[in-house]
Amino acid sequence: MTALSARAHRTHRSVLKATTAAMLLLMGVAPALSAEGGPDATISIGSLYEPQNLDNTAGAGQGINEAFNGNVYEALFRLNDDGSVSPSLVKDYTVSDDGLTYTFTLQPGVTFHSGDPLTSADVKWSIERVTSPDSKSSRKNSLKPIASIETPDDATVVIKLSSRSISLPYNLSYVWVINDAAKDLQSTEDGTGPYALDGWQRGSQLAVKRFDKYWGPKPENGEVVFKYFTEATALNNALLTGAVDVITSVQSPDSLAQFKDNPDFTVAEGKSTTKLLLAYNDRVAPFDNVKVRKALARAVDDKKLLEAVWGEYGTLIGSFVPPTDPWYVDLTKVDAYDPESAKALLAEAGYPDGFTFTIDTPNYDPHPLAAQFLQGELAKVGVKIVINVITANEWYTKIYKAHDFQATLQEHVNHRDIVFYGNPDFYWGYNNPKVVDLIKASEEAKTVDEQTEKLKEANIQIAEDAASNWLYLYPQIVVSKTSVSGYPLNGLNSQFFAYGIKKAD
Amino acid sequence: MLIAAAVLFLLLRLLPGDPANALVSVGADPEQIEAARRQVGSDLPLAAQFVRYLGQLGSFDLGASFVSGVPVLDEIGRRLTLTLPLTALAFICAILLAVPLGILAAVKRDRWYGNLISVISQLGVAIPVFWIGILLVTAFAVKLRLFPSGGFPTSGWRDPLMALHQLALPILTIALVMSASLIRYVRSATLDVIGSDYLRTARALGAGYGEALIRHGIRNGAVPVISILGIELASTLLGAVVVERVFSLPGLGSMLLGGIEQRDYPSVQGVLFISTLLVLLVGFAADIVQRLIDPRLRGQSGGRS
Repeated sequence: MTALSARAHRTHRSVLKATTAAMLLLMGVAPALSAEGGPDATISIGSLYEPQNLDNTAGAGQGINEAFNGNVYEALFRLNDDGSVSPSLVKDYTVSDDGLTYTFTLQPGVTFHSGDPLTSADVKWSIERVTSPDSKSSRKNSLKPIASIETPDDATVVIKLSSRSISLPYNLSYVWVINDAAKDLQSTEDGTGPYALDGWQRGSQLAVKRFDKYWGPKPENGEVVFKYFTEATALNNALLTGAVDVITSVQSPDSLAQFKDNPDFTVAEGKSTTKLLLAYNDRVAPFDNVKVRKALARAVDDKKLLEAVWGEYGTLIGSFVPPTDPWYVDLTKVDAYDPESAKALLAEAGYPDGFTFTIDTPNYDPHPLAAQFLQGELAKVGVKIVINVITANEWYTKIYKAHDFQATLQEHVNHRDIVFYGNPDFYWGYNNPKVVDLIKASEEAKTVDEQTEKLKEANIQIAEDAASNWLYLYPQIVVSKTSVSGYPLNGLNSQFFAYGIKKAD
Repeated sequence: MLIAAAVLFLLLRLLPGDPANALVSVGADPEQIEAARRQVGSDLPLAAQFVRYLGQLGSFDLGASFVSGVPVLDEIGRRLTLTLPLTALAFICAILLAVPLGILAAVKRDRWYGNLISVISQLGVAIPVFWIGILLVTAFAVKLRLFPSGGFPTSGWRDPLMALHQLALPILTIALVMSASLIRYVRSATLDVIGSDYLRTARALGAGYGEALIRHGIRNGAVPVISILGIELASTLLGAVVVERVFSLPGLGSMLLGGIEQRDYPSVQGVLFISTLLVLLVGFAADIVQRLIDPRLRGQSGGRS
């Protein structure tokens, strides 16, 4: 008996000893990677949006814009973080008096990462990739006015339009200029940006390295690594433990507390363009009735919802236009929270006892929470909600493509996307000829002021019609280590310019 | 294997949604959507899709991902370099933990620590994997800063120490969960051995308790445990899905999850096909090891029920 227990003890202890030794050995290998700062620092950016491939016309998702726009690929124009548009690969340009011919002169001395020089042929080829029949770019439609592209010499591109397009420079800001000799754009790149692709480990990270022959100002860091996470908690832990330097946009307010009161981290709030909305199918009863839509707008206390989801962060909106768009007007007073008048409106519309409808609810945050909140709010005015939870993929088939729904919750992320209300075939089916005309006319406007006037008018009209129920504008929160600075705050159209990011020594 | 492939194929197609949706986004027009469907072949009738799939399978071609365009087999190969070592190391750790503890729990079942081991292992069986993962991250990564909270180095296994350091917590997580149930099996196998006639006989012939247990007991007790080990190893391979998610690891599990979310059928089918194959192989290997250990099992492969 004693012999055995002694032996058992010994084996036990030696296992324990071996394990401890192994643990100590492992702990000794602390990652010394992202510790150094200075002009050649490696910046680790944590993100939840991994690109599916590297081609933004082949369904790569918003992640590729975050990693590549302005970093690896440049366009003729750049959408700056403050919402303004400035020339990038274009040195100069002129517009004919009728507004139908744009002549662009390219920046001299620009080289692609492969070493080839930038020529007008590359620009023509790049624009035609986006407008081609195979293109899956969501922006293809906005380039429809382009009738032809000519290249009189290597440094000049002439674009002829079939109708005026005041947003052409803006629209060209997401057309990457790619070497026309490039072969595989789904897993490699050939752009002109300040960084070249240095390695992509699918499911984990994407690294870009400073490109020494870059034509513009030298980036403030030597290398940028985008690290991808599927869970917000894992991402937050990575920042807490120093595995990443900055998180592009924090998606859960609960996690902010651990960074806010900690001097090692900076929490910065930028201006967001992401809107959460309850979109009705305006084609079907009862949502074809303006009074019903206005009643439901008045029945929901958006402020309470925003506070429940985001605490002190976020902004209330009265329509689809965020404050960063030039045509913003404060419309929160239109159909403000007022359950009594909501009931009266419902009675007027012929629904004194309310009605029942289904909200197709995407299965990820914050949609299920918002749906439950709406259920509670609308019950107070006699309207019952059935919540049908669906995946993002189903949403696309059922709602976006087939328009087979009564109402749905969705977030719309893009800047300047009020134009969706000018398309009666869009999933929500809002069709007011006045708005369609205004949006069309705004694009054909002669001046930016005229465009702004027209879109302001359209904006007020969709709010008066309660075209959808705009719940709130998400906050845009970037959290970083205190030693890291110079990152973009607003992240318009999911961009995240990395060249200005500095890390202190 | 063929039946598994067919069932899988049908079940995937029963899910609502369309793989083409992963390629287009809000703002796309109807022609773009149709073009995407043509590209991935989801506009074809089901039967035609199935024939195409079988043809590819016949030549061991798992196709290319609808979303990224990368051949599925290559991608699986890359991801297995993480999932296989992760599973194997966790498995070894689990055995190192479970076998001594299980035997101890059986031999010392009348002592307080023998009982404690049994109670803790019961508890361990009931705790979900992700919860243990989150606890370990909070304790060792966020609070103590001993290990990273997740991820895998770009250099992969070229820097083995660094890779091990990254994987320490996921390995520990799986090993803890796996050893919880293993301890129970080892304990009951040991109890059987302790109560057996041959052990009593060996003792009667003058062998010490420990000597008898080691000479006769381990070999006998190992046989049932090994078949359990095979099942455990196979389920760990599949259970890596959860652990890989908690620790943001680019392994087979995260490939499967991403594939399902995007209805990327070739990826999902490929991963499940390969993992089915691996599970069969593990089962086969467990069988062989059992026969090596226990001569009574040899030469009567078809005989016993």
